[in-house]
Amino acid sequence: MSALPWTIYVSLAGATLLLALGRASPWVARGLALATALAGAALGATGAAGFTAQPGLQTLVNIPWVAGPGIRYHLAADGISLVLVMLTGLAATAGVLFSWNVRERAAEFFALYFLLISGVYGVFLSADAFLLFVFYEIAIVPKYFLIANWGSTNREYGAMKLVLYSFAGSALVLAGLLWAHAAGGGQGFGLAELTRAASALPAAQQVPLFGLLFVGFGVLAGLFPFHTWAPTGHVAAPTGVSMLLAGVVMKLGAYGCLRVALPLCPAGFAAWQPLLGGLALAGILYAGFVALVQEDFKFVIGYSSVSHMGFVLLGLAAATPQAVAGAVLQMFSHGVIAGLLFAVVGRMVYERVHTRRLDHLQALGLHRQLPFPALVFVLAALASMGMPGFSGFPAELSILIGTWRTAPLWALGAAAGVVIAAAFTLRVLQVSFFGPAEPVAPTDAHPPPALDPITWPERAGAALLLAATVYVGLKPDALLGWILPALQSPALQPILRGTTP
Amino acid sequence: MTIDYSELLHAFRPEACLVAGALLVLGLDLATGRGRTAERRARNAALLGLLALAAALAATFAAAPTGPVAAGTMLLDPLARVTRTGVLGLALLVLAATPGTLRLPHAAEYVALLLFATAGFTLMAGTTSLLLGFVALELASVALYLLAGFDKSRPESAEAALKYFLFGAVAAAFLLFGFSLLYGLTGALELPGIARGLAAQPVSPLLLVAVVMVLVGFGFKAAAAPFHLWAPDAYQGAPAPAAALIASAAKLAGLAFFLRLLESGLTAPAADGPPAPWTGALAVLATLSLVVGNLAALGQGNVRRLLAYSAVAHAGALLLGVLVSGRAGPGPVVYYAVTYGLATVGAFLVLAVLDGQGGAQAHADLAGLRRRSPLLAGVLAACLLSLAGIPPFAGFLGKFLVFAEALKAGGPASLPGAIALLAIALSAVALYYYLIVLKEALVRAPAPGAPAIRVPAGAALSLIATVALLLALGLLPDLLLRRF
Amino acid sequence: MNSWPILTLVVLAPWAGAALLGLRPGLGDRASRWLGLAFSLSTAALGAALLAGFDPARPGLQFVERHAWIRSLNVHYHLGLDGLSLVLVLLTAAVAPAAQLSGWGRAGPARVPTLLLLLLQGAALGVFLAQDFFPWFTCWELSLVPAYFLIRLWGGPGAARAAYQFVIYTIGGSAFLLAGFAALFASTGTFDFGQLAQLGRDGALTEQLGPWGVRAAFAGVLLGLAVKVPLWPFHTWLPPAYAAAPTGTVMLLTGVLSKMGMYGFLRLLWPLFPAQLHAAAPALLALAVAGIVLGAWAALRQEDLRRMLAYSSINHLGYCLAALFAVAAAAGGERPAAEAAAAALAGLVLQLFNHGVTAAALFLGVGILEARAGGRSGLGDFGGLRATAPALAAFAGVAFFASLGLPGLSGFVGEFLIFRGLFGLHPAAAVLALPGLLATAQFLLTAWRRVFHGPVQGAAAGFSPLTAAERSALVLLTVLMILPGVAPGILTSLTHPLVTAWAGHLTP
Repeated sequence: MSALPWTIYVSLAGATLLLALGRASPWVARGLALATALAGAALGATGAAGFTAQPGLQTLVNIPWVAGPGIRYHLAADGISLVLVMLTGLAATAGVLFSWNVRERAAEFFALYFLLISGVYGVFLSADAFLLFVFYEIAIVPKYFLIANWGSTNREYGAMKLVLYSFAGSALVLAGLLWAHAAGGGQGFGLAELTRAASALPAAQQVPLFGLLFVGFGVLAGLFPFHTWAPTGHVAAPTGVSMLLAGVVMKLGAYGCLRVALPLCPAGFAAWQPLLGGLALAGILYAGFVALVQEDFKFVIGYSSVSHMGFVLLGLAAATPQAVAGAVLQMFSHGVIAGLLFAVVGRMVYERVHTRRLDHLQALGLHRQLPFPALVFVLAALASMGMPGFSGFPAELSILIGTWRTAPLWALGAAAGVVIAAAFTLRVLQVSFFGPAEPVAPTDAHPPPALDPITWPERAGAALLLAATVYVGLKPDALLGWILPALQSPALQPILRGTTP
Repeated sequence: MTIDYSELLHAFRPEACLVAGALLVLGLDLATGRGRTAERRARNAALLGLLALAAALAATFAAAPTGPVAAGTMLLDPLARVTRTGVLGLALLVLAATPGTLRLPHAAEYVALLLFATAGFTLMAGTTSLLLGFVALELASVALYLLAGFDKSRPESAEAALKYFLFGAVAAAFLLFGFSLLYGLTGALELPGIARGLAAQPVSPLLLVAVVMVLVGFGFKAAAAPFHLWAPDAYQGAPAPAAALIASAAKLAGLAFFLRLLESGLTAPAADGPPAPWTGALAVLATLSLVVGNLAALGQGNVRRLLAYSAVAHAGALLLGVLVSGRAGPGPVVYYAVTYGLATVGAFLVLAVLDGQGGAQAHADLAGLRRRSPLLAGVLAACLLSLAGIPPFAGFLGKFLVFAEALKAGGPASLPGAIALLAIALSAVALYYYLIVLKEALVRAPAPGAPAIRVPAGAALSLIATVALLLALGLLPDLLLRRF
Repeated sequence: MNSWPILTLVVLAPWAGAALLGLRPGLGDRASRWLGLAFSLSTAALGAALLAGFDPARPGLQFVERHAWIRSLNVHYHLGLDGLSLVLVLLTAAVAPAAQLSGWGRAGPARVPTLLLLLLQGAALGVFLAQDFFPWFTCWELSLVPAYFLIRLWGGPGAARAAYQFVIYTIGGSAFLLAGFAALFASTGTFDFGQLAQLGRDGALTEQLGPWGVRAAFAGVLLGLAVKVPLWPFHTWLPPAYAAAPTGTVMLLTGVLSKMGMYGFLRLLWPLFPAQLHAAAPALLALAVAGIVLGAWAALRQEDLRRMLAYSSINHLGYCLAALFAVAAAAGGERPAAEAAAAALAGLVLQLFNHGVTAAALFLGVGILEARAGGRSGLGDFGGLRATAPALAAFAGVAFFASLGLPGLSGFVGEFLIFRGLFGLHPAAAVLALPGLLATAQFLLTAWRRVFHGPVQGAAAGFSPLTAAERSALVLLTVLMILPGVAPGILTSLTHPLVTAWAGHLTP
C-alpha cells in the first residue's frame, strides 16, 4: 500500500529526467518513458497486492502543509482509488507504447505526458480536497501543449477549447470547495472535515453548492451539455494523448463527482438527482446519435467516449451500491477500451493510410492489408458495444441493475443507449475495415501500396489492453472485490440507498 | 520628545545602505568613469548597486521586529519586515538582470535611481506616519518616473514617463488632500493617533471625502480601474526592467502602506465592529478592476499591454485581499503581492532580454521562443502560469488564500464572497489570454531567420532564481506565511 | 455422471477447435476443413454419451455443474440438461456438421469460415445448456459475432446491410432483455433460472418488483426473445439475412439460432412470468397466427428460393409460437385442457427438432443449387432437375415433403400434435392457422414443380454431380427427417415427462 504515493513521485522524476537526459536521442526518450510508465504500473500493482479491502480511506501519507487554512498533504486510498490507479498504470504504459514513433522532440512530449500522469495519480490518491484540486489543476496545462504541439486536426483550437473547459470546470470546483471550507469555519480541507462541514449546511445552501461541485467536475467527465470540448479535443490530440484523455483524464471528473461532490452535499444531491439522471441519459443518447452520423473515424470514437461516460454519470446519479460499483467498473473498462479504439484509429490506421474519412477507408477494404489492426478493432468494438466476455458488460449490467432500483425509466433509457452504441460501433467497424457494401472487382492495374508492418510496441500495447478488458470481463470480482467494500464507507453511506449484495 | 538616534539608525539601516549605495555609485562613476567603456561603467555600477541591495537585505534580516520607532513614524512589525524583504529581493532580481540587457548611457544614474526608488519602497513598508509615508511614496514615484523615461532612444519611453508622471502627480495631489483632511479631522499624523481621533467622532461627510480621496490616490498608484488608464502606455513604453519594478515592487510597497493605513488608521480599534465606511468603495474598485482588467486583456496583441491589463486584474484581487485582511491578517494578501511581483518581474525580465535582441512588443515577436531560447521560454511559461494561478506555482496559492479568506468572511452571498466568485470565474478568461502568449512562445515556429538568443549570465541567474522562488513559495507557502 | 464436466466439454469442444484454427494461421484448407468437421462432430459424440446417461423419468436438471463465478453479482457458472436442452443439443449436433460440410466446396481459404462456424456452434450449445443468466446471455450475444462476420464477409449480394440489420435488430431486442433481467436481479438478487422460476411460480416476482415492474421486465424479456425467433412483426431482419448469408451460416441460423429464441420462451419467459404471459397470450397468439398466415402468404409470392424458405421459416416457427401461446392462454382457465396442452407442447418440442433439421436440409439444397448456378437461386433459374440430378432431387424431395408435413416424415407428427392441441385449446386460432398450412403446401409444391420437374432449363443443364461432402451432409439430414417420422417415440420419450410436467402446472 505504501508503494502507492510513489506512483506520483516516479512520474514526476521521469518527467524531469526526460527533460534533462531525453533530448540526446529519441531512443533514450522512449526508453525512459517506458521505464517510467512501467515503474508506475508496477508500483500500483504492488500497492494492490498488499491491499485489504475495507470501507473508508486508508491513509498513506498525512503531514501538515499550509498551517493557515489547515491544508494537509494527505494521501489515502480505498478500493475505488486503487482501481483507477491500476487503470492509469495500464493506460500510461499503453500510451507510451503507442507513441513510440513520436520522433520530433520526443523528450518534451514524454515529459509533458508524465507531468500529466503524475497529476492524475495525485488526484486518485488525495484525501485532502485542496491537494486533490492542486493535482487536478496540474493535469490541465500539459494537455494544452501536448495537443497544440503534436496534434492533428485543428489542434490549436481543440487544445484551447479543451483546456478552457477543463479550467472553467475546475473554477466551479474551486468555488465550491472554498464555500464548503468557509462553512466549516475554515478549519481544514480534508475530505472528512469538508464533508462534516458541508453536510451540516441547510438544504437551501447545499443545492447550489452541490451544483457547483458536480457540474464543475462533470465538465471534465463529459456531462451533457458541457461535453462539446471532448470530441474536438480528442480528435485534435495525438494518439497517445487521446488514449490518455479519453481513457483516464475524463475519469478524473467522474472520480471528483464520486469522491467530493456526492459525499459533501447529500441533501443537494437529492435535489439534483432527477436532473442529473436526465442529463446523463441525454449524453448517452445524444452522443450516440451524433456518433452514428460522423464521417471521420476519430470523431466517432470521440463521441462514443462521451456516450460511454454518460453511463458512468448515470450510475453515479442512480446512487445505489450496484449502480455506483458499475460506474467505477465502467470507468476502468471504458478507460481501457477507449485506449484501444484511439490506438487503432490513430496509430495503426491513420499513420499508415493518412486518412480518417470513412468513405476513403471504405474504399480501401483495410482488413486485407491490416489484419492485425482489424482483429484488434473487432475485439475493441465488441468490448465497446458491451458484449459479454469483455469488461464493459459487467459494468453496464451493474449500472442497469442499480439504476432500476432508483428509476426504472432510466434503466430503459440506458438499454436504448446500449442499442445505439451497438449501432454506431458496428457501422464504423464495418465501414472502416471491411470495405464497400458490394465488393468491387479488384482492379488489375496497381495493387495497393504496401503499408508499414505493425511494430512490436503496437502489438504489445494492444495485447496489454485487450488482456485487461477480457480479464475483467470474465472475472469482474477482481475489481468489484475492491470497489464494493469501499462503497460502505461512512462518507458514502448517506447517499447510497439499498444494500450491497 | 527625545529622539533616540541609535534606534533611528537601527530602524533605517536598510534605507541608509541604499542611499549610501546610490551616492557611492554616482560618485564613483563621476570620479573614475571617464576613461572606461560604457559597458564597464554599467557593470561596475550594477555591482555596486547589488552590493548595496544585499547589504540592505542583510540589515532587514538582522533586525528583529521591535515595534514603533522614531517617535511613532515607523513600525517594525512582521509586515514591514516581509515587505522590505520582498521589495529588496525584487529589486535585486531586476538589477541583476540589467547588465547586458539594457544598453543605456548613464548606467550609474540608472542604478542610483533604482536604489532611490527602493529606498522609498522600504520606507513605505514600515511607516505609520502620513507625512513620512507620503514623502517615501513621492521619493519612489519620482525615481520611477525617471526610470520609465530612461530610454532616450525611443519616443515611447518618454511618452510613458510623461503619462505616468501626469497621472502620478494627480494621484499624489489627491492623496495629499485626503491626508490633510484626515489631519484636520483628527489632529494627528501618526496612524494610531488618527484611529483614536476617528473613534471619538461620528462618521462625517468630510471623513468620507477624505477616504474617497485616499482611495482615488491609491487607486491611481495601484492601477486599479477606473484609474488605470496610464498603465498600458507606461508598461509598453518604459524599458522592461523599469516596468518590472513599477509592476512589482511599487505594488508591494504601496500595498503595505495602504494596508496599514486602512487597518490601523481608518478603522475603529475594535476589529470586529461594523464594516468600515471604505468597504463599499473598495469593493467597487476591486470588482471594476477584475472585470476591466480581464476583459481588456482579451483583445491585446501586445505583450506589454497585456501584462498591464493583467496588472489591473491582479490589482483587483489584491484589493479584495485588502478588503478581508481585517479578519485574516495581512498574510494572504502580502503573499499574493509578493508572488505576483515575482511572476511579473520574471515576465518583464524575459522581455528585457528579448528587447536587447530583436524586440518584444507584439505577441508575434515571441514566436518560436522555445527554439530560440529554451530558458526564456521556460521562465516565461512558469511566470505566466503563476499569474494565471496554476499550481504548483505560487500564484495559485496566493489566489487560493485570498479567495478562501474572502469566502470565509461571510459566505458566498456576502460582498467579499461574491467578488471572490467573480474572480474565480474570470480566472478562466485569464488563462485564455496567457495561453495565447504561451502559444506563440511554445507552439508556434520561429519567424524565418530569427536567430537564437543569448541570455546574459546575470539575467539567467535572475530568471532562474525567480522561478525557483515561485516554485518554492508555491510548494511551501508557510515559508512566508509563518512570518506573520 | 457428475464427476465428468461433460456439459462443459460439450460447449468447449467446438471452441477449442476454433482456438486451434485461430492460432495456426498457416493451416491449409484441407486440414482446416477436416479439423472443423472433427470438432463439430464432437457434439454428436458427446451428445450420444448424454443420451445414454440421460434419465427421462427424473425431473429437474441432470449433469449439473455449478460453480461460483462472480460473487459480487451472485453469478454462477451453472450448466444443466433436461429433455428440452437435450433435444436441442442433438439438433445442433446434427445441423452443425452438415453446415460445415456445406462449405467444403467454396472457393477461398477455409480456415476462418470454419473457425467462425465452430464459434457459432459452441455459442448455441452454451445457450441451450446454461442455467444462469450471465453465462446464458454471454453465449446469446456472442453467437451474433461469428454470424455477423460470416454473413458480411462470405455472403451474397446485400450482405452488408443484411448483416448490420440482423445484429442491430437482435441487440435491439436483447438490450431490453438485459434490462429485464437487471430488474429481476435488482429485486431478487439472483440470476439463476431455477431460483427465478421458483419465485415466478410462487408469484413472488410480482410481489418484489411491483405490478408495473414485473410487466416491464416481462416486456423486455419478451422483446429480446421475439426478435430472435422471430415473432411477427419483429421479423423484418430475417429475409434479407437468410437471403444473403452463406449456406452453412443460414443452415445454422434457421436450424439452431431460431431455436434459441424458442428455447428462451420455454426456459425463461414462461416459467418466470406465468401470469403475465397468460394475460398477454391472446394478443401474442394473434401475432403468432399472423406470422403463420402472412409468412406463408409472403412465401407464396417469392420468386427467389432463399427468400421463399425464409418466409417459410417464419411460418413454421409461427406454429411453435402459437402452440405455446395457446397453452399459456388456457392456463388456469375454466376448462383446464391438460391433454390438449400436453399435445401442443409435445408437438412444439418435436417441431423444434424437426423444423431445425428440415429447414437446414432445404437451405442446404438451395446452397447446392446456387453453387452450380453462379450464386443465383431464383425459381426461374432451374427446371427439370429431376432428370439431371436425380440424387439431389431425391434428397430435396424428402426435405420438401417433410417441411410440408407429409405423414411418414418427421414434419408430420409435430404439426399434427400442435394442431390437435390448438383445436383443443383455442379453436379459433387453429382455424385461422389452417390457411397457412394450405399456403405452405402450395408454395412448396410449386417450388418443387418448377425446380425439379418440367423441361430442363437454366442451370439445371450440365449440373455437376454431388460432391462427397454434399452427399454426406444430405444423407445425415435426410436420415434425421425420416427416422422421427416413422419412430417419433425416440424424441418424445425424452420429452414426455417434461411436457407432462409443464401441462400439469396448468391445472389449478
